[in-house]
Amino acid sequence: MKVDLRKLSILVFALVFSFGMLAAQDHGQEQSGDSTHEEQDSHGSEAGHDEGLAHSYCGGHAEDGEYDPVTTVMEHIADANEFHVWKGVHIPLPIILYAPAQGWTTGLSSMFGHGHNAVDGYVLNHGRVNRVADPSFPKGEVHIDGILHRKETVEKGGKAEEKDVYFACYEGELYKLDKPSTVDGGFLGGGITSFYDFSITKNVFSMILASLLLIWLFMAVAKGYKENEGKAPSGIQSFMEVFFVFIRDEVTKPMIGEKHYERFQPFIMTLFFFIMFINLMGLVPFFPGGANITGNLAVTLTLAVFTFLVTNLNGKKDYWEHVFWMPGIPAWVKIILTPVEVLSLFIKPFSLMIRLFANISAGHIIILSLIGLVFLFGNNGQSVGGAAGGAVIGGLFTAFMNLIELLVALLQAFIFAILSASYIGAAVEEHDHHHDEAHEGAH
Amino acid sequence: MGAIGAGIAALGAGVGIGLIGSRAMEAIARQPEAVGDIRNNMILTAALVEGAALFAIVVGLLAG
Repeated sequence: MKVDLRKLSILVFALVFSFGMLAAQDHGQEQSGDSTHEEQDSHGSEAGHDEGLAHSYCGGHAEDGEYDPVTTVMEHIADANEFHVWKGVHIPLPIILYAPAQGWTTGLSSMFGHGHNAVDGYVLNHGRVNRVADPSFPKGEVHIDGILHRKETVEKGGKAEEKDVYFACYEGELYKLDKPSTVDGGFLGGGITSFYDFSITKNVFSMILASLLLIWLFMAVAKGYKENEGKAPSGIQSFMEVFFVFIRDEVTKPMIGEKHYERFQPFIMTLFFFIMFINLMGLVPFFPGGANITGNLAVTLTLAVFTFLVTNLNGKKDYWEHVFWMPGIPAWVKIILTPVEVLSLFIKPFSLMIRLFANISAGHIIILSLIGLVFLFGNNGQSVGGAAGGAVIGGLFTAFMNLIELLVALLQAFIFAILSASYIGAAVEEHDHHHDEAHEGAH
Repeated sequence: MGAIGAGIAALGAGVGIGLIGSRAMEAIARQPEAVGDIRNNMILTAALVEGAALFAIVVGLLAG
């Protein structure tokens, strides 16, 4: 047991260390090294001084002159503090911000005037709330001249890394902006910041909407079951019964087993319908949809944590025995196997989280890249013929990709549900036979 | 480097999922009545293979 604990601790240490390395790398990107020099973006004036730059640059509108596909795509799949409908039309969303230094700030996202106003040191930068960390920045609502984007090159370990830095221009001065808050799941471009963002963002709004739609839908279905008891289902009820029977017969019954499946049916159904609904809503390109919800690590993390909790809180004695002291195999194999089994407890929900996130994000990135062909071929409005060509090619491929994404939206919801069911099934399974066969190790 | 890593990961997952698909098709041809079970297990196994590839892709993305 002693050796076993040591091996386990080594493995855990190795895991923590590798994550630490990743975090350190990430952190290093955020901090400016000692040999930092700044480069101005390809647009704007060539003036060297901050003040001169601020005066010449901040007067104009802070928009990129050149089309940058990567930035555009990342911006579209990230969460936002306002709902962008089309150019110039935004649906305001509630803003709830908290900074330890200054307390709460609440309001509607329209108070930021799409990046032209600062409220209590907060500004809207590409749809996300950022904070000016400098305490000398005026509180209350003030007009700012714009937001300046620069690429900063950081020399780190002989490698030059480029990172984006944003400045708010206020009365000719440049104030550096913090990273967006990570509380709302800003995996793409987030970082540790000086404030917390509890706002109802685009993703949160869409999730609430999806939940309300699901509640409404299932209320109608439940009413149907009350009214048509003993009779054939009618209306929306007969449509949903297909799904219900499918989940029961294909997912929960074979995976969890006859004895326990009824207990977990509601959980698996909730997972399936919630993921399917938000996946499908994400495919709708206009207002109520369009949020990349399951392509957000915070959302998939929460879903995976629920599966993790349900699995392990329902773990029977047999399950824990298989994890910590696998029966029916030699002792030296147990010593190797136990750390692997303990790790796999965490790897299982982790892979659920990554799978859903990566699949949905990848789909959104591909569709946005294909739409981006229009702007790329059209040379950002310079060439009409190119734009038309891009529209034809991009449009055809987008239509095709959308059909694939329709399949993926359903498939990923199904996979999340069936894998959760199989993990739960392994936890509640009871063996009434003896473990004397080698293949029992496969459990 | 990240892009190369992601490419290799996609290659591995492609081979893995291809093998699963080919064997599943064979199995269905041999036993058409078991198509439901085979399909479910195929999707499950493909998801597991894909999981390994997605780890690699996420690491590739983080590495830039």
